[in-house]
Order: sequence, then C-alpha cells, then structure tokens
Amino acid sequence: MVNAWPFRGGVHLPGYKQLSMQAPIGTAALPAELIYPLQLRPGVNARAVVQAGERVLRGQVIADSDHVLGTPLHAASSGVIRGIENRSVPHPSGLPAPCLILDTDGQDEEWHYPSNADYRRLEPEAIRGMIRQAGIVGLGGAAFPTSVKLSPGPERRIDTLIINGAECEPYITCDDCLIQAAPEQLIAGAQILMYALGIWRCTIAIEDTMPEAVAAVQKALAAQHDRRIDVVAVPTVYPTGGERQLISVVTGKETPSGGIPADVGVVCQNVGTAVAVYQAVCAGKPLTERIITVTGHGVAQPQNLRVRIGTPIKDLIRQCGGYTSQVERLIMGGPMMGFALPDDEMPVIKASNCILAASRDEVRTEKQASPCIRCGDCANACPVGLLPQQLYWYSRSENVERCQDFHLADCIECGCCDIVCPSHIPLVQHFRFAKGKLAAKAETAAQAEQAKRRFELRNIRKEKENAEKAARARQKKEALAKIKSATTTTSGSDPS
Amino acid sequence: MLLVCLLFAVFGLILGYAAIRFRVEGNPVVDRINALLPQTQCGQCGFPGCRPYAEAIAAGNADINQCPPGGAEGVVALADLLGVEAKPLNEEFGAPKPKSVALINENDCIGCVKCIQACPVDAIVGAPKQMHTVIIAECTGCELCVAPCPVNCITMEPLSTTINNWRWPEPERYHG
Repeated sequence: MVNAWPFRGGVHLPGYKQLSMQAPIGTAALPAELIYPLQLRPGVNARAVVQAGERVLRGQVIADSDHVLGTPLHAASSGVIRGIENRSVPHPSGLPAPCLILDTDGQDEEWHYPSNADYRRLEPEAIRGMIRQAGIVGLGGAAFPTSVKLSPGPERRIDTLIINGAECEPYITCDDCLIQAAPEQLIAGAQILMYALGIWRCTIAIEDTMPEAVAAVQKALAAQHDRRIDVVAVPTVYPTGGERQLISVVTGKETPSGGIPADVGVVCQNVGTAVAVYQAVCAGKPLTERIITVTGHGVAQPQNLRVRIGTPIKDLIRQCGGYTSQVERLIMGGPMMGFALPDDEMPVIKASNCILAASRDEVRTEKQASPCIRCGDCANACPVGLLPQQLYWYSRSENVERCQDFHLADCIECGCCDIVCPSHIPLVQHFRFAKGKLAAKAETAAQAEQAKRRFELRNIRKEKENAEKAARARQKKEALAKIKSATTTTSGSDPS
Repeated sequence: MLLVCLLFAVFGLILGYAAIRFRVEGNPVVDRINALLPQTQCGQCGFPGCRPYAEAIAAGNADINQCPPGGAEGVVALADLLGVEAKPLNEEFGAPKPKSVALINENDCIGCVKCIQACPVDAIVGAPKQMHTVIIAECTGCELCVAPCPVNCITMEPLSTTINNWRWPEPERYHG
C-alpha cells in the first residue's frame, strides 16, 4: 500500500452503491437486434465495412475509421446485417443518427482470432496494434482510444501506469463488480499495459469504500509475486475517479492545463479497459461486451449485467424486472455527469457504464435559479481550481472569449459547483453552452479563412486566365496582320 | 551647429533605412477589416467580394453596415476596429438569415457550367454536359449560383442539426 495525496475541492456524496451490489454479475440475454451508432466520438465517424444482407460472426469487424481517434466496431453476436438506419442514439442532443443494424440469429458463432498465451513474445508496437484492432477504448466513460494513450511519443517519458478503480460517481458499481469477479485478469491486463509502455511501475487505485475489491486484488497480487504493482485505497471524495484528480491523489503531480497525463509521466486506464486488453491480447477476443450497472429506484431489480455492446436499453430494463411506478427519468451514466435519455430504444455503447432509472427523489430537481451572490463556494468545490463564478459571469455575457482567460477548457463538467451553489444555478450547463459557443466561433473562423483563401486563389487564377486570353488574342491579331501584309505585298508584286 | 546637422543626417539615414527595412506590404487596415468580414463573398454589400468591400470601407467609399451575413455582431466589430459609432444594419442590402448551403437537383442539371463560373469559392464540381454538385463543406451560402442556373435546379437548403454539429443550448436565465 502507498499513501494517497490530498486533493483540492470535490464533494462528499451519498453512494447508493448497495442498490446494485445485492446480486452477482448477470449476463444480459441476446437481443433480437444489435444497434451500432456510427459516430464513435464527437467528430469521428466510422464507416461500415460490411454489406447489407451479409452474415457476420461475433468478433468480426463491421465498421472502421481512418481517423487517429477512430477504432473498429465488432459484431457482438452472429447474424445478418440489415443495413444502416437512422435511430435514436445515446447522445445528449436526443437527435437520431445513422446506426448499423445487426439482426442476430441466435447461434452466437464466433470469429476466431489467434490467442497469445505469452504476450512477451510480441513487440510492444504489435500489442498496441492489437489493442486498436480489438476496438478497445477507455471504458470509464470517455471512450478515448486506448492504443493512442499507449503511444505518448518519444518526447514524453512515462514512468507510472495507474489503473483507475475509483468509481466515484454515486450508484455506479460496474468497476467494483469487475474487480471482485476478475482480479487476475485485471492484473494480467495491467502487466500487458506496462509491457506495452515499457515501464515497471503500476498503481491500482480503488476507493476506500470498496474494501472487498481491494482485498480481492491484494489476494490475486500475493499469488502473482509481482512487486511492480501496488494497490492503493484512495479516499472517497467525488470526483477522485476523474483522470487528473486520481493522478494527483496517487502521485501528487498535477497535469498541466492544456496538457495530457503523459506530460507528468503517467498513463491512466480504467479497470474495465485493463481487463479488455487482457481479453484481446491473451484470449484473442475483441471488445464486444462490457459490464453495465442498471440501477436506481425506478427499476425493479437493480444489478450489474455483462452486456453485449449494441444491446437496446429496453432489453436490459426488461431483464431487470422492468420499471417501477416511481420511475421519473432514464439517465445514461451517473447522476452527476450522465445525461437524460428521451427513450429506451437506443443501444448501449462502449462508453456506457451505467443506466440509471431515477425515481422522483433521485432526480436532481431543477430549482429556480436565483442571482449569483458571489459566495465563492463553487471555487472551493472545484477540483480543477477554476473560478466557476467568473466563468458563469462571462459565459452569460456577450464576451464568451473571456472564459478562455479563466481556463474554461479545463472544466471537467463534474458538477461539484452545481451541487454546492446556494442559488441553484445550473453552472455546468452554462459552461457546456459556452464551450459550444466558443467551438462554433472557432469553426466559423476556420471556414471563413478557408473561403478567403479559395476566393483569393480563384481571383489569381481568373487574372491568369484573362492575361493568357489577352495574350492569345494579341498573338492572333499579330499573326493576322502579318498574313494580311504578306498578301498585300504578294498582290502588289503580282506582275499581271 | 555642425553637431545638429550631423544628428539630422544620422536620424534621416535611420528613418530612411527603416522605411525600406520595415515596409508593410499592402494595406494593413484593409487586411484587418477583411479579417472581420464573414468571407461569404456574396456581394450583397454591392462589391464583388469581401476584400473589395474592405478596401471600399478603408477608402471611405462604403459604410460599415452593408454586410447582412456579418449581422449586427459584424457591424459592432467593425465599429470597434475603426473607432466609429455602431449602427443598425442597412436593410437596403438585405437582412441576415440562417446559414444555408446550395443544393443542386441532380436530376434537372443539364451541365451548363454557369453556376461553376458564378461560384466565388470554387465550391461546385462538374464539367460541360456532366452533372454538377456542391461541396457542402466549401459552400459559403452566397446564393450567387442560384440566379445563373437556366433550369432553376439550385435551391438553398438550411443546414440541418445532426449529432455532429449539435451544441448544448443556453440554460434558462433566472427572472428577476
């Protein structure tokens, strides 16, 4: 065990973790159709690599992307591709988007990839390639491609791997369950990640309210005799599980504004990601399933389920005994950082860690906001050390650019400021709006610059064309004049 | 006396050198005005493009409120730059409207290339007697291609909101 460093800000929240921890991890039934939204991340879209009517096997690649932050999508069961349809997707906008639809055939036939009992025979580069090919992204919720995090570039020296098991949001227990169910796979995954990074130090960080998980990992570690790996129980303060917050708790280092954790020599991966890496490298299984917490007082039997990615949410709710009469709102993610879903037709994606069917009492009711009294509570709660009251001031003004001077981009939208605000101002909503406005402005500026360039180039081309035309006309005129003068001379000398 | 003359000569040389060494190409005021214009190149201001309008403003031949795509925000930015009073947009030159892009009805297109010649940013691809199409990402929505089309197959379509360009809405403000 190593000591944990204190971290600034944050709030203590009631956990409600017992709700979904009563039953062991269940397995979600095979749905009739699997739905794969083709948008992987904002601005990164996959394109289908299969035809409508084609039969695919579990684990087969069905869509891929050439983007640096793109990863392939794999079929989570065998079946026939129906095609691409516009469906509702888990996105805060609630707008429909193109999805690849797979009709399952119930046979669940698998595509076999080679397995590697000993990953040490592979080059780290090859392991990174396998991780990308297996479609592995951060399973903590941000869905950032793992292979990209494992390639920090030669200018950054990595010394520590942190495995993030600090599940700080209330209600969510999928990481806790996974650690208790598969501590050996978690450790094997951490070893592969260390090998891929070429480092010899790893800390598995678990919250101190998850003693069973800590004990499970310690037991598995004792059997392994791997002295490179430590377990640390971190204090349960929301948002300790945020990447930058956890790094500061475990190492005492602060990730610079605008930088990445690799700048302080750290790579952080979620426990689910580590297990997925083990499955991909050692067992040859691409990422087609994950553990999802289905919880809240709005669902009859809250539990953790092993779910195929692409399963419609309504199937999971049905398996958990359906909705109770108290259900008020369906949320994807936790109560702090999740977003409300307009319906339950949409599928779960790689980033989905929790489906919260919240009852009336669990919903953070939107109270009427009153004016900011500049009490400064938000600044004390902010885990990033920002000044939310200033950001709020400028995000409401016409001068949104001023938000950048107060480091709006560093806001992780954790919602601590919202919780403590005595005026009930929805601060995070204002910050999201301001971020969007700034992004839209930057986009418009880039488009204007592009249009300007194209307009100028076109004018240069037109001028050149006109000059050439004029030159040709002049040449023609000269040539004509020559012929004319020649004819007159000949006719003049005609001795008739 | 001699010393003063000498100083004059030295400073004169320095100034003369600086004038050559630090010469600014083009007109910097025009560039700064042009940077504030939306670059739609639509010509609604009465000039053939944003840069000509910027030159006209700099020369005092045009007012700052002739650009509908720039809107009231654009007028304010220009007023700030030039140190003059902001004024409402001149309705004579048109009203601002939401950004839209040109769409060619490909069934009706006869391949006359008239729209290609009209497009100020080369956003239309096609060849004589071949179907034409608009590169949406490059289209500024200037509408200059609409009128020249002999078969009226070009329409302006507002950009639809998808999950790729959606932004969080502004939360409701408190009242009172």
